[in-house]
Amino acid sequence: MSDADEPVIPLGARAIAEAVAAGRITALEVAEAHLDGLATRDETVHAFLTVTAEQALADAEAVDAKVSAGADPGPLAGVPVALKDNLCTRGVATTCASKILEGWKPPYDATVVERLRAAGAVTLGKANMDEFAMGSSCENSAFGPTRNPRDPSRVPGGSSGGSAAAVAAGFAPLALGSDTGGSIRQPAALCGVVGVKPTYGAVSRYGLVAFASSLDQIGPFAADVADAALLLETIGGHDGRDSTSIPEEAPEISAHLDDGVDGLRVGVVTDLLGDGIAGDVAARVRAAAEALSAAGAKVGEVAIPELAYGLSAYYLIAPAEASSNLARFDGVRYGLRVDAPTTAEMMVATRTAGFGPEVKRRIMLGTYALSAGYYDAYYGKALQVRTLICRAFERAYADFDVLLTPTSPTTAFELGATTDPLAMYLNDVCTIPSNLAGHPAMSVPFGVGGDGLPVGVQVLAPALGEVPMFRAAAAIEEGDR
Amino acid sequence: MSDEGVLPDGYVMVVGLEVHAELATATKMFSGAPNAYGAAPNTNIDPVTLGLPGSLPVLNKRAVELAIRLGLALNCTVQPSVFARKNYFYPDMPKDFQISQYDRPIDVDGWLELPSGKRIGIERAHLEEDTGKSTHVGGSGRISGADHSLVDYNRAGVPLLEIVSRPDIASSEEARAYASELRAILVATGVSDGRMEEGSMRVDANVSVHRPGEPFGTRCEIKNLNSLRSLGRAVDHEARRQVDALAAGETIRQETRLWDEQTGRTATMRVKEDADDYRYFPEPDLVPLEPDEAWIEQIRASLPLLPAQRRERLAEAAGVTPEQSHAVGVVVERGADDLALALIDAGAPGDRVLVYVEQHLGEVDPTAVDVAAVAALVAMEVAGELTATQAKKVLAVLLDEGGTPADIARTLGFEAMSDDALSTTLDEIVAQHPEEWERFRTGDDKTRGKLTGFFVGQVMRATNGSADGAAVTRMLRDRA
Amino acid sequence: MTERISRDDVAHVARLANLALDDDELTTMTRQLAAVLDHAADVETLELDGVEPTTHPLPLRNVWRDDVVGPTLDRDEVLAAAPAVVNDRFEVPAILGGEP
Ligand SMILES: [Mg+2]
Ligand SMILES: [Zn+2]
Repeated sequence: MSDADEPVIPLGARAIAEAVAAGRITALEVAEAHLDGLATRDETVHAFLTVTAEQALADAEAVDAKVSAGADPGPLAGVPVALKDNLCTRGVATTCASKILEGWKPPYDATVVERLRAAGAVTLGKANMDEFAMGSSCENSAFGPTRNPRDPSRVPGGSSGGSAAAVAAGFAPLALGSDTGGSIRQPAALCGVVGVKPTYGAVSRYGLVAFASSLDQIGPFAADVADAALLLETIGGHDGRDSTSIPEEAPEISAHLDDGVDGLRVGVVTDLLGDGIAGDVAARVRAAAEALSAAGAKVGEVAIPELAYGLSAYYLIAPAEASSNLARFDGVRYGLRVDAPTTAEMMVATRTAGFGPEVKRRIMLGTYALSAGYYDAYYGKALQVRTLICRAFERAYADFDVLLTPTSPTTAFELGATTDPLAMYLNDVCTIPSNLAGHPAMSVPFGVGGDGLPVGVQVLAPALGEVPMFRAAAAIEEGDR
Repeated sequence: MSDEGVLPDGYVMVVGLEVHAELATATKMFSGAPNAYGAAPNTNIDPVTLGLPGSLPVLNKRAVELAIRLGLALNCTVQPSVFARKNYFYPDMPKDFQISQYDRPIDVDGWLELPSGKRIGIERAHLEEDTGKSTHVGGSGRISGADHSLVDYNRAGVPLLEIVSRPDIASSEEARAYASELRAILVATGVSDGRMEEGSMRVDANVSVHRPGEPFGTRCEIKNLNSLRSLGRAVDHEARRQVDALAAGETIRQETRLWDEQTGRTATMRVKEDADDYRYFPEPDLVPLEPDEAWIEQIRASLPLLPAQRRERLAEAAGVTPEQSHAVGVVVERGADDLALALIDAGAPGDRVLVYVEQHLGEVDPTAVDVAAVAALVAMEVAGELTATQAKKVLAVLLDEGGTPADIARTLGFEAMSDDALSTTLDEIVAQHPEEWERFRTGDDKTRGKLTGFFVGQVMRATNGSADGAAVTRMLRDRA
Repeated sequence: MTERISRDDVAHVARLANLALDDDELTTMTRQLAAVLDHAADVETLELDGVEPTTHPLPLRNVWRDDVVGPTLDRDEVLAAAPAVVNDRFEVPAILGGEP
């Protein structure tokens, strides 16, 4: 039994929002409890780069004032949220885990941050990540790695490792991350939480520090599928400040979570269950397929050999866009400057000192792929492969409503275990195709591997197929209970 | 120097112009920050203008409309277009890339007709964003000797249309005429205010020389041309420099050269290098532009008469050819062609009207002119009732105080001859010109009109200009 | 491993990217980029003739806004984040050579 003085904080976003709105608990109590929790336990995990305790408490009080006044406190009333540190927060350091942006306080909020506030959410701070979202282990943070709360000797995955770890550790029931090639889904899988990459254009990118603009999407982390749906509904929908934002309202997902999967056509992608995928992980995917089948889904197998080429296309397209997106970090307007006699030298010195090795590697790769004489051979060809992958998905979705694959080839690996960049890139093989096609995909925890660490099953759907995707995810989650 | 434009040794120059015109929008190309000249430094800024991390561009629809407007005015094809990033590091450029259009520009394949009637091809016109502005401090104040520079991003993101001509320009006169005509079109269509002194129209010239029949020479790009005068001088100087270099056995390097108005020379700014690799690729934060036909046609229908059309209209009304009459060009450029047309409509002879409007009505507000009174004055002068000097004095009073020219002339003491004396003179003139008289008597209105002028002129000559032209006209009509 | 990219290529790319690499970094970078490019060569087995490039996952067209003035940033807030400021402008060291 808990101490009588201590309020009992409900678990999960829906439960907290409901309790706060009903006045059974205050948002302030919720915020304090979560801030206390991470203050004592984040030293090991290092999920946060910045904790905005004062602002969290002030925001919580504002929510409570609304509740007292009888006003609608919003669907996320008093729910603590962790923000990946590549989401701009006005007046709060936004570093992308890079020395080049250390201490930079944006003069504006990202659209998703505005929408969270409007929904009554309380942001706790900024979560650690691989520098500029480039990585799959969170080891590329300039400010030290995040550790997996399930096993601190392991990585939490990346690049949104801090966000995944924050939810897995119970520091926040919800978190936002960004996913360019798997950066939400893979850490969700490795930390045993739900992570969603929405359809490209479903969530505004305004205020997300760009990695690869045609691939980046912001998405939710949550402990369960229903909380993830609630968060996606809150942040989604058209935004005029993002030209690539789909001109529609956010889809209604929560209302369909109980629809079940009767008759839903589920395709198990056989290409992603063999070579390069750990046997225990593949076994969990097959088990998830059985669970779906038991719940009434029509499960079949599908081969999509083109997906194997996604990695090659991705590791040219994403760096190419990144090389241009990261040019602006030049020491002139914000962030780090390393002094030198001329502007040209100052820019080189600043960028050389400010970017970490993985970021430099990707900038180099992307610059090369776009450079005179190589554009057609590399970038141009990668864009054609992207077309092939889109077509291959189209064929698969003629027969299936959703597809099933592993999220990550393995469970969480040891910190420092993967030093070869190419080997690290191979972690993204299952997640990359959805980014190339702009499709939604999500990772749902489904038991553990041979090492006792969480395994994530990935559900893929065609563009704007969030509802069938979440229905399948809900059924998988149910099958895991 | 009168032979400035003629190159020695049989060389001719080949010139193409790249004109950057700032569009007359209220806001920037990709954000709602104001597009306004002369604001306090770094005030017309928002996250997009500064290229802050996380900011995203959203296209200004009005800029697209203006690009289409100019494209149509320049007889271009308006086509689906794609924005691209041009990557290079420069502190004036907040993102260290410029959003521009590369292989799919919005306007292609048009032409512009010079007042001389020559057509200069337009290769393309594309939308792009402007850069900020650096002030160089310390040293000589010039960029190369400066200790440091200060950057103001107010201009960053201002919408630009870059209009690229074909290398159809063969002299500095044509280069100036092209720039001047393009400016007139920009202003007439409301696409840009065309102010070269404020930098809202900037001209770069690509100059090469060759002998006819031989391949084009290596071209140099001349920048910093802040006036039409600079443009003309720089083109002449650069062509001459290249010919001299070739004569001395040198080869021309492809380079960017800066015009120095003070010394009247161009000097190397930077040599084109392999490092000029802009790594263009499609801008992933923007979607393709495919303006629909209906919108394009609506814009076409809303175009005003363009300067060339206005020149043609005025020349026709005045009975001259546009190529003949310098005055037609001047009057249209000043926007006084409607006044000239009204005066012609009110019966004043076209050739005199052009002279009046060009010489005497240049400074006045065309809409404030009493058309009937000025037309009557022109007629009096043509009729010889007033000498040119007298007419000028009458006009001054007329514009200042109003009234009728006849009254003003009388007040000023400008009296015409008596009707009797005039009649006698006319008898003599008619007797001296029987052929003309016969044609006048039997001719149609048009012939009569022309011959009226002839007889009035003869009377004027005979009377040293003291005859009343209107009275002569009346007498001629009565006698016929 | 084939010579996908030379040391000179890598040095040239570093200049384009405004990054300085010392000798060791140049060696490592050349090896690592070559490995990725070697892996990417798997697409050479694909039939890509006539395949349209996909630059963007969405079929959106003509996304624009009206020409209406919106909010601007507070200059002081922006300049406070700048590495160096003089007279309300961003200060940079000497600029050699003109804008490309
Ligand atoms: Mg140019
Ligand atoms: Zn340009």
